[in-house]
Amino acid sequence: MNGEMNNMPPVLSILIWLPIIAGILVLALRHVGHGRWSRWLANLAAWVAFIIAIFVLCRFQTGSGMMQFTERVMWIPHFSIEYALGIDGLSVLFIGMNALITLLVIAAQKSDSKSGYLSALLITSGLTYGAFSARDAVLFYVFFEAMLIPMYLAIGVFGGAQRRYATTKFFLYTLFGSLFMLLALFYLYSVSQTFSMEAWQHLPLSIYMQLILFGAFFIAFAVKTPMWPLHAWAPDAYVEAPTGAAVMLAATKIGAYGFLRLLLPIVPDAAHQLAPLMIALSLFAVIYFGIVALAQTDLKRLFAYSSVAHMGLVTLGFFLFNATAMKGAVLLMVSNGLAIAALFFVAESLKTRFGDCKLTDCGGIVKAMPWLATLLVFFAMANIGLPGTSGFVGEFLVIIGAVGHQSGYQLLVGLLAATVLIIGAAYTLWMVRRVVFGPITHPSVVALSDLGTRERLLLSVLAAVMLGFGLWPQALLGMADASVTQLLAHVALPKL
Amino acid sequence: MMLALIPLLPLLAALFAGFFGRRVPRCWSHWVCCAAVGISFLLSANVLYEVATLWPSTGIQSNSVTLYTWLDLGSTKLTVGFLIDPLSALMMVVVTLVSFLVHVYTIGYMKDDPGYARFFAYIAFFTFSMLMLVMSNNFLQMFFGWEGVGLASYLLIGFWYTRPSATKAGMKAFLMNRVGDFGFIIGIGLLFAALGTLDFKEIFGRVDELRGLNVSLWPGVEWSLLTVACIGLFIGAMGKSAQVPLHSWLPDSMEGPTPISALIHAATMVTAGIFMVARMSPVFEGSDTALSFIIIIGATTAITMALLGLVQNDIKRVIAYSTLSQLGYMTVALGASAYSAAIFHLMTHAFFKALLFLAAGSVIIALHHEQDMRKMGGLRKRMPITYVTAVIGAWALAGLPPFAGFFSKEPIIEAAHSATVTGHTYAYWALMLGVFLTACYTFRMIFMTFHGASRYGESKSDAKRGAHKKAHGVTHEAHHDVHESPKVVTIPLIVLAICSVFAGIFCVEPVLIGDYFGAAIHGNYVAHPAMAELHAEWHGILDYFLNALLSAPLWLALAGIATAWYFTLSSPKSADRLARSLGGVYNALKNNYYVDAFYERVFVRGARSLASVFMQGGEQFLTEGVLVQSTSQLVRWGAQGLRYLQTGYLYHYAFAMALGLLVLMTWWGIL
Repeated sequence: MNGEMNNMPPVLSILIWLPIIAGILVLALRHVGHGRWSRWLANLAAWVAFIIAIFVLCRFQTGSGMMQFTERVMWIPHFSIEYALGIDGLSVLFIGMNALITLLVIAAQKSDSKSGYLSALLITSGLTYGAFSARDAVLFYVFFEAMLIPMYLAIGVFGGAQRRYATTKFFLYTLFGSLFMLLALFYLYSVSQTFSMEAWQHLPLSIYMQLILFGAFFIAFAVKTPMWPLHAWAPDAYVEAPTGAAVMLAATKIGAYGFLRLLLPIVPDAAHQLAPLMIALSLFAVIYFGIVALAQTDLKRLFAYSSVAHMGLVTLGFFLFNATAMKGAVLLMVSNGLAIAALFFVAESLKTRFGDCKLTDCGGIVKAMPWLATLLVFFAMANIGLPGTSGFVGEFLVIIGAVGHQSGYQLLVGLLAATVLIIGAAYTLWMVRRVVFGPITHPSVVALSDLGTRERLLLSVLAAVMLGFGLWPQALLGMADASVTQLLAHVALPKL
Repeated sequence: MMLALIPLLPLLAALFAGFFGRRVPRCWSHWVCCAAVGISFLLSANVLYEVATLWPSTGIQSNSVTLYTWLDLGSTKLTVGFLIDPLSALMMVVVTLVSFLVHVYTIGYMKDDPGYARFFAYIAFFTFSMLMLVMSNNFLQMFFGWEGVGLASYLLIGFWYTRPSATKAGMKAFLMNRVGDFGFIIGIGLLFAALGTLDFKEIFGRVDELRGLNVSLWPGVEWSLLTVACIGLFIGAMGKSAQVPLHSWLPDSMEGPTPISALIHAATMVTAGIFMVARMSPVFEGSDTALSFIIIIGATTAITMALLGLVQNDIKRVIAYSTLSQLGYMTVALGASAYSAAIFHLMTHAFFKALLFLAAGSVIIALHHEQDMRKMGGLRKRMPITYVTAVIGAWALAGLPPFAGFFSKEPIIEAAHSATVTGHTYAYWALMLGVFLTACYTFRMIFMTFHGASRYGESKSDAKRGAHKKAHGVTHEAHHDVHESPKVVTIPLIVLAICSVFAGIFCVEPVLIGDYFGAAIHGNYVAHPAMAELHAEWHGILDYFLNALLSAPLWLALAGIATAWYFTLSSPKSADRLARSLGGVYNALKNNYYVDAFYERVFVRGARSLASVFMQGGEQFLTEGVLVQSTSQLVRWGAQGLRYLQTGYLYHYAFAMALGLLVLMTWWGIL
């Protein structure tokens, strides 16, 4: 590989293995001191990982599309499978995101008694770092798949009433999807004798083969993203999962990342050919999920559908092959992750007070809980893309990009994409009106206590990040920019 | 940087009042907010002074400053920055002045409200957003302010959040504005797609490149990009400036406390759309189709909303419908390419409309939150300052000489007359009739409120208001000592009254006829001669007066006042008779032409039904039922079928082995 920059300690490996080892230790120490030790350890590990991730973000060289912080060791020489790590502009944002989310999720845990859950979260977090920094396809696949196991357990053991059904569906869907990816990886190895994803980018492939590979990758990542119609696992899993797991599941955009890392650069011609279909699916998702969100009576489910609807905008941004839209899509992945994390945390706060988060049960909370109400309104506004918040940046760029993309359907695509402004506002404001304002529907609302210090701090941090992102998105785009530009230039070249 | 202080001061004040307002004495909130907006006003006035007096001699036409780069897209930089020119300088002064007076007034009006600090935080934020909007030098920041005022109005309209009607009205305002934003973002997107920039000056300089470009909806259906972009932008203006059919949020916004009605209607919200179109005048000039669209929408708004003003009994609703109608006038001016006439009317309207709202608010607090004009009357004696200022406002609104409205409305009618775009004749007649109606509903309000016998304290049956009054801890006995409002209320009234009197006579010559706007507003005077004709016909103030005496609008306005007098004071019974004989028409007017009912039935219920169809048909039946359940069913059946293969009998396996071997050998044999 040319132009690798590495004069660093193996920070990525530390990022990956530190939470995983900590997670195992947390599990081992669960009986010591009534679980207090394990909770401390989990917090410590999350903090250390967070600080390392911040270090990575600071040392990351913007303006370069190259892989940075690289590490490579031959793993299975017979198949030339390497333990190769590295991050570029496409992944660096998600490293930071994962660090922040992990820290918040672990810090949000109040009770000492759920060591198993903390352990699952930490291991998931480590594997997520791995998936975002893997450069070898097998390594990516291993991390991508291994994430299922702790998540499966987190939902299945610590989830809500319907957890068994939800977690089984989640597991089978994701497993089923990735099997196709595995076949695609084997095929690519058979023609190239390597598992390096960067090498595959330059592999000449016939259009038929590209279309088949597209299908395989698409199923894997569309399930994970999730895209219509392969989303059936998502709302159930998000709702039934304990909040921390739901946040990690929804906020780490590994599925959409797969499109950027594997699908688009490896089979660009097929992507171009199938773009109209993908655009149609994405637009359908934006409108369909937005309208479905209107019908929700459960707060978490509403947020879940809202997130999925925004993911439609993300995939739309991928397949417009327009610089503005693609950059918007990457930023939207981050902002949607932040927004959904914040909203799930708020739902959790309501749930601990009301016992559930049915929209019909909690109403008029602003009187009793001004902090919670204020933050919920802020997050709701960020979710519907109010300028000045993180949600605006990506949404704006994708819509602008849609209006300006090159095709005969320019205006139609733009109009349909822009409906997100109206539909998103409709379900969000309706939710706010029923939950925050209006008459008090639950007799106990008056007696409820507002956010405690821990919750307030947690949500304020998220709010501050979202506001900072919204006011100065260049800080984030600057890191991703070069790689996105490089990806677009690469995708534009036919490789038949 | 001084310029940045102008919007930032209100923002900082808003943050202070919002976060610390509940922990410090409440007077801190109003001192901080009033001071911040007051300083903003002084700084803006200084900017206006420089622009108006120093710039012409030095030849500066505009001053564009960039604060920071928000996003660097490679091909272009999206920035936050200010464009100071005569247009924005004038708007800044109008916004900060009216806002400052509303801030002062609020001290008196919201005195007893538990959400005192919160209210100040919201209105200061409102001012900040509007300043960001008018001062911006690019579409991105304008959109930022655009949505910011949307958010502020949402919060303020729903300020009394325990009232379901208030939260509903807030939500309605936000959603309707979002429909407008939908068009706005399409317009921005098209301009960006064609020119690759969002910077105003660059767009204005390269407008010619847009001519001849097309945009296709789908293959085969192509429209002129400029027209689609302009109509898109204008749809945004329709949402903000409440043009038919996106108007119905504005009357409902009366659910908010009165000071914000003044703010929304005069300075910080509905003017945004008008301002934006004037700001984009070089772009709009390029599309006659868009101008036609604008003039027709404006005329329709002017006439239909004026008719609604006639039948309202809520004092604030009368003024609200008058705002709608006056916004229609401004829009017609925009459509006629008389942009400076629109901005001039915007300015005078800001003064007298704020005045009328604050006067109405003064009456409302004097009567302990009574808004029904049928329960007012005869307040002239008890509230002399409010009365006099309200009459000045009404006089100005009706467009009677020599007050502000007279100077700003006549040119609009003239412009509609001499415009050339399709629909201008319709607009001309609509505005003419509108003059009569405006005078009629305005003075109906004045007569019902301040003249005749006093009717307050008579009826106590209104349950909703009763409950509200209880919340304010006021008993009905208090009705008997109705008195003039305190100084913090009357002083803003007096200041606004002075503006309403003199803003017209002193500003008409420089702002409208003179070359104040210079290059800030760009009209194509050859193709759209309205402004040129206005210039040609101008022979000084005196001549203008004399001409007015002979022209129709003045007499129509006087006829309107006479009609109002007849139906309210002289013979109130005949009004009821007329209403009865007009039955269906009257009911249609009473119900806002059933537009609200239509929206409720089609959009609200339609969306909910669609949502439940998608939920049940799409999610539960198709996705969950067919895709998930039937797959698992298939697997189950498949497994049951396959189970028979695993019989456990040795001879079955032996048979299968032999068969398999045979098949394989055949296969190889063929190969």
